[in-house]
Amino acid sequence: MYQYTEFDKAFVRARAAEFRDQLGRWQTGQLTEDQFRPLRLQNGWYVQRYAPMLRVAVPYGEINAAQIKVLARIARDYDTPDAALLAEAQATQDKIAGLAPKLTTNYGHFTTRQNVQFNWIPLDKSADVMDLLATVNMHGIQTSGNCIRNTTTDELAGVAVDEVVDPRPYAELIRQWSTLHPEFAHLPRKFKIAITGAIEDRAAIGWHDVGLQVLKNDAGEVGFKVLVGGGMGRTPVNGVVIREFLPWQDIMNYLEAVVRVYNRWGRRDNKYKARIKILVKAEGQRYFDEVETEFREILERDGAPHTLPQAELDRVKAGFVDPALNLPESTDPNFNAWLAQAEAAIGIEAAKTPAFARWLARNVRPHRNPLLRAVSLSFKRPGYAPGDATADQLDAAAALVEKYSAGEARVSHTQNLLLPWVRLDQLHALWLEAKALGVAQPNIGLLTDMIACPGGDYCALANARSIPTASAITERYQDLDELEDLGHIDFHISGCINSCGHHHSGHIGILGVDKDGKEWYQVTLGGSDGKDLSGAATPGKVVGPSFSSFEVPDVIEAILDTYKQLRVNTGNGKQEAFIETLRRVGHDPFKAAAHAARHPAEEQTA
Amino acid sequence: MKIITAQEHQAVESPAVLSLANDVDPRTLDLNGVTRIDLHFPAFTDGRAYSQAFLLRRRLRFAGELRATGDVLIDQLVQMRRTGFDVAVLKDGVDASAAQRQLDRYAGFYQGSAVDTQPPFAKAA
Repeated sequence: MYQYTEFDKAFVRARAAEFRDQLGRWQTGQLTEDQFRPLRLQNGWYVQRYAPMLRVAVPYGEINAAQIKVLARIARDYDTPDAALLAEAQATQDKIAGLAPKLTTNYGHFTTRQNVQFNWIPLDKSADVMDLLATVNMHGIQTSGNCIRNTTTDELAGVAVDEVVDPRPYAELIRQWSTLHPEFAHLPRKFKIAITGAIEDRAAIGWHDVGLQVLKNDAGEVGFKVLVGGGMGRTPVNGVVIREFLPWQDIMNYLEAVVRVYNRWGRRDNKYKARIKILVKAEGQRYFDEVETEFREILERDGAPHTLPQAELDRVKAGFVDPALNLPESTDPNFNAWLAQAEAAIGIEAAKTPAFARWLARNVRPHRNPLLRAVSLSFKRPGYAPGDATADQLDAAAALVEKYSAGEARVSHTQNLLLPWVRLDQLHALWLEAKALGVAQPNIGLLTDMIACPGGDYCALANARSIPTASAITERYQDLDELEDLGHIDFHISGCINSCGHHHSGHIGILGVDKDGKEWYQVTLGGSDGKDLSGAATPGKVVGPSFSSFEVPDVIEAILDTYKQLRVNTGNGKQEAFIETLRRVGHDPFKAAAHAARHPAEEQTA
Repeated sequence: MKIITAQEHQAVESPAVLSLANDVDPRTLDLNGVTRIDLHFPAFTDGRAYSQAFLLRRRLRFAGELRATGDVLIDQLVQMRRTGFDVAVLKDGVDASAAQRQLDRYAGFYQGSAVDTQPPFAKAA
């Protein structure tokens, strides 16, 4: 992964010092609450329902073992509320009708934007935490606020078999360019960039303010397809192509043009209409023309100072060389023998242990190096909110990352941890340890590998809780055969229309809404994040009036039962996936099943 | 960067001094004979004047004074300096004592700016 230079390290330390200065001035009254808020937000510090929340940046999801250990230490030593605060918070949560799981402390939470959050760190400890993060080159820069946020990418970036160009060096260059950009710190609204370099879009680029696909043109030159104007929230919109091919050298110049026009033209009178998607929709070609004019002026009149030289790309690329794993090279005469032997050994273990075979099929993905695999540790298991990891689990995960993945991992946008450099001959040993740690559920891509925001248990914005719904589904679908039979399903839960749980892009989406002070849930069907199975990015459609929290698990079950009745075989012995059946037969039978599963009476008595 | 108080800031009625609302496109202006342009931050979270300053200083090569007015706080001074402002009128009641250490804090930045136009990688080349 990218190696921080002295400049990069000093920069992160300066940012931590700046935050301590700002915190101190707020504590002594030199900064008002309103003045301090945007400053702390741009360092990742929110104040949530009961306590502050810290969002730590994990640039494009790439993280090393030493960094995970520091996250473990923060969870253990800092993510602890005052006992009275926790008691009061729990008492308040207990008053909400329906299941109320216990609030938990001392854990990190993997987010859909590949970051890590903590929920209970007192604000007076915040500067100490930033100093601690800076010791491993981490920070919360621009993880919130109306600025350019963390750039996200494919969790398989750099190792995927279908990758055309490794997007990580470009993601790192965008990180640098966007970090404390002087002109773009106070945009109309937040601004999110996603980048992929693979054929399949696993980075949901159509759902971002800017989506980038790194590709090669017919001449073999590297460039970007640029999408603009995607976003979720109240008005889900998919990005549109503004450039089919932008030479890689111009990416910063072009982003500067895109963001400058947005900064000048984007609406600031209504926060629900302030994202770039609204500007792009309202202005259409006029916005495109203005960006192209601005881009030309940057090139011709400003002299294009941010045109990337090959030397700078090479410098950054040098950080992304493959780790030395002491394996035969593909040109080595022993390569095939090594591969055959490792595969045979795995085959024997898989034949002996069906659980291992299941894990291999579900949680282990191919790697561009045939001797390696990319392995997902599943943080979707009963008893924990999706994406939560305790201090001990983070420490143990760091140890696995060190031992089995050359010290490097990825936070995935599906809220798991991916180990990108696992040797074929170490898969079984890794499985045993992951199983002991409780992160070897073979459910990657299945119903229980759901995406969920923290919701109304923690978040100040939420209209309803996400975690109880997530756990109800997790508990109902524990039978691995049943889960496997249901196949791949993107199940996404958001506690409010801000859509942090990406409900718009779920095959099945759940959105928490507030009616008369009670929690209700809208169910949407047929959304896509852009992956091959789901087709082009598109928002799901609402099935009808919202359901009570008591009804939701039964509604999901009814929808899934409908799928089982209607699915057909697709040839080659495989059955249709849920999304394929839905697309083929349409929404009506699923809607009918969902409505038939209503049982308002139970809501009264509970 | 010069920091002045609201009392020291004089609104001047002169063709040489322009005062721009933050939704004006600076490229529509006649800058002949203009020596000072006051740009406005209605709220410090409204960043449009940064783009105006950039366009004036960098694109249009405006060499006169760019003055930041309105909701000007010390934590935005670095951004103002980098986008081309040379004078900032601190909002009434803002304590300026912590300002200089903000301006001195970072040894360098990742981007070129309106005044230091080359990013580090271009300087290294």
